[in-house]
Amino acid sequence: MTPSVIVLIVLGLAAVGYFLGRQRALKTSERDGVKLHSLPVYYGQSVALFAAVPALLLLGAWLFLQPVLLENNITGKIPDSAIPDGGARNLVMVDVRRIAEGLNQLIAQGDVSENGLVDMQADVTDVRARLAEVGVALGSDVSPVVFQAAKEYRSIGLTASFFRNIAVLAVSFGFAFWAWARIQPQLRARNISETFVTALLMGSSLVAILTTVGIVGSLLFESVSFFKMYPAADFFLSTTWNPQFRGGSDLGFLPLLWGTLYVSVVALALAVPLGLMIAIYLAEYAGSTLRSFAKPAIEVLAGIPTIVYGLFALITVGPFLRDWIAQPLGLGSSSSSVMTAGLVMGIMLIPFISSLSDDIINAVPQALRDGSYGLGATKSETIKQVILPAALPGIVGAFLLAASRAIGETMIVVMGAGAAARLDLNPFEAMTTITVKIVSQLTGDTEFASPETLVAFALGLTLFVFTLCLNILALYVVRKYREQYE
Amino acid sequence: MTEITADTATATEQLKGRSLFEVGERTRKRHASERRFRLMGLAAVVFSILALAGLMTSILSNGLSSFHQTFITLDVNLDAAKLDKNGNRDPEDVAKITTFTLQPLIKAAMQTKMTENGIAVEGVNANAAFELISKEAPGELRRFILANPDQIGKTVSFDLLAGGRIDGYYKGRVTMASAELDSNVTPGQLVLADKLKQAGILEQRFNWGFFTAPDASDTRPEAAGLGVAILGSAYMMLIVLVLALPIGVAASIYLEEFAPQNRWTDLIEVNIANLAAVPSIVFGILGLAIFINFVGLPQSAPVVGGLVLTLMTLPTIIIATRAALKAVPPSINDAALGIGASKMQAIFHHILPLAAPGILTGTIIGLAQALGETAPLLLIGMVAFVREYPGAPPEGFFDPASALPVQVYNWTQRGDPAFVERASGAIIVLLIFLVIMNAIAILLRRRFERRW
Repeated sequence: MTPSVIVLIVLGLAAVGYFLGRQRALKTSERDGVKLHSLPVYYGQSVALFAAVPALLLLGAWLFLQPVLLENNITGKIPDSAIPDGGARNLVMVDVRRIAEGLNQLIAQGDVSENGLVDMQADVTDVRARLAEVGVALGSDVSPVVFQAAKEYRSIGLTASFFRNIAVLAVSFGFAFWAWARIQPQLRARNISETFVTALLMGSSLVAILTTVGIVGSLLFESVSFFKMYPAADFFLSTTWNPQFRGGSDLGFLPLLWGTLYVSVVALALAVPLGLMIAIYLAEYAGSTLRSFAKPAIEVLAGIPTIVYGLFALITVGPFLRDWIAQPLGLGSSSSSVMTAGLVMGIMLIPFISSLSDDIINAVPQALRDGSYGLGATKSETIKQVILPAALPGIVGAFLLAASRAIGETMIVVMGAGAAARLDLNPFEAMTTITVKIVSQLTGDTEFASPETLVAFALGLTLFVFTLCLNILALYVVRKYREQYE
Repeated sequence: MTEITADTATATEQLKGRSLFEVGERTRKRHASERRFRLMGLAAVVFSILALAGLMTSILSNGLSSFHQTFITLDVNLDAAKLDKNGNRDPEDVAKITTFTLQPLIKAAMQTKMTENGIAVEGVNANAAFELISKEAPGELRRFILANPDQIGKTVSFDLLAGGRIDGYYKGRVTMASAELDSNVTPGQLVLADKLKQAGILEQRFNWGFFTAPDASDTRPEAAGLGVAILGSAYMMLIVLVLALPIGVAASIYLEEFAPQNRWTDLIEVNIANLAAVPSIVFGILGLAIFINFVGLPQSAPVVGGLVLTLMTLPTIIIATRAALKAVPPSINDAALGIGASKMQAIFHHILPLAAPGILTGTIIGLAQALGETAPLLLIGMVAFVREYPGAPPEGFFDPASALPVQVYNWTQRGDPAFVERASGAIIVLLIFLVIMNAIAILLRRRFERRW
């Protein structure tokens, strides 16, 4: 029975429980001549909730933990001698898992019976060829130890799944029966089911915390194992980035940081003045016709996925800058450059800045404006000398949020900035950023034991810390500002 | 202080004895600066609208051509002597037919067609004429025969894809001059293509395959389609909807209606605000580390993508739902409580239905964001080359698939310039989906939003 079948059965039990619970409540009240404490549906609901929720939670936890525990158990049983030179233990485990899966398929196809499998030995049968028949291709012949481990992996897995099914069904049925059996007219069914629902609502709000814990936990865990293999001082202070898949790489963080900051500065230099001017113009000057047309158009820019901007940088902006500016001026011949990525990212950030500043400018009390006009100031003087200073903390907050977004942006820089890690001042050279390197180190076939892969987690951690600081700072500035007028 | 008084004094001195309607030097300067400032504002607005227009023009001009494709119509004789030597149409024998055996049949069909119509070009022999047809064609033929073994021995008319370069010739990507330098196509082949077009054998038609076909290898841009990507994206959106909507609504109800004012609630609120601003790629790292490495879910599977996108969409949905719940006037709640409803009944029977349009609008906007998200999907292996359609749900959620935005990225990484056209075309498809989703959200808001 697959987990989805189990889920269906549990849901079915809950539905049956609902009707039985409701019926029992009505019957007992009629028999005893006592009025029900709650509406009949609540008696049904409490049975259904007890039938479904604990069982589904158990199933989820089991599905989450079983592979981990199983893996640890089997890994411990593989002797060091079975691990090839230069290979890693988890690579052997990958083989074990694939062989186990292949064996399952062999049995599902009826090629081998359960008993036949017991007799199957890696040194007698050509396991590799048989597995290839069912589409599981292995790189080398299977060693007896690995094959034994795979058989064990499979059999423990099957037993565990069997017990899982039994346990989940037992929990579902047991709780449902208990909830059903205690039904009597005086039972405060509504209170029970409402307390249950409140607990569910609270549990849902914990998902946000779990996500943060998951992010921080996984980043920290893998970063620590990276820094065990690669000295932290070299990572943070070295100026060369040169990963080698044979080992002995230079993984200096500084060129990536430089590229990230350079691209972000170009983007913000474009987006902040433009976004601010747009917000001012639309709030203070534009007529209703222009506003009704321009505001949605700028909001459309915010709704476009970043991959679209990336493609725009790749096929239009990049070649344009190269052919019309960089090459005639002799500044470079690469179509992916800091300028390309920066300009396109700037366009992406315009609506972000303009909509945030718009809110802030509108929040400046009208009395300040009227006072300024009354003294004879022109509109632009009022804006420059009264409104902007009053809105400054909010605008700084918008700027910080935009900066955090620029640093974390991925697709535009992947497609527009290039892949060469360089410390250079020329904005028409290709440079690379933290996010680009996270993508390039983690895509494709990766081996999780090498510093070349794990460095991506250290990069991710720095990126997370950077953006988190910017966000918290922005939140703080904006909150502080809000208090002034409320 | 004295300075300012002196300043004002000189200004008053200047103004003395002049009409109020006469514009002085200083006023003119101030007005000029006012106009300049205003013009700068207008320029900023115009620039951003031009940027939007440029973006759209670039994508549309590059991508619209991918919606039609060049086809060559040939009558292929499915020779029984070559395809089924035993003559018994045994499915096992038929399954052994290789694309290699089918190539000569197509080549012969091409020759017949050319002689029938009296088309010949100097320097283009039978092999070169065969090269006009996509390398995908024998595979297409094979799939047809496997599906219809009874057609063996008959002559069947096929609309075969023309090769990428021939297709590019009619889309302006390939010219006679560029063909001279290109090892994949000769000017003679282009002349032949022109003649075939005059005879009505070669023509451009709407490209349904672009929406239904799976991805194709580097050398066959003409056969590449979005079928697997659209299916993968649809699966992920389904998972996001099923998980994020109930969890998001439940969390919002708790925070808005039940949560006590304490540190714990504050912590949850700060968490949600921060998650909304965490870079999307960090969610990809989370998916890779937790869902794939720790739990052992398969790579490239829609289920992992769906889970990651769910976590990303949750803050959006929670923020929108809380706003919608807040907008329902407290009098509704008070009235329900007043006639004896419990708090839970008041919320689920009265407040939630009234807030539903706002919640749905927020959910659709969250889904639209998730649909365009690329970076986290790159990390969980959705960039892999997938040619097989994923199976039906729920098992299909665990099969490898692609996603629309990732497919775009994938195509931009390939050498053949024809893939740029495909990538832009895929973006158009993605944008059409987004426009539809946002239009539904706006309609919902217009139709059901109530101002109290």
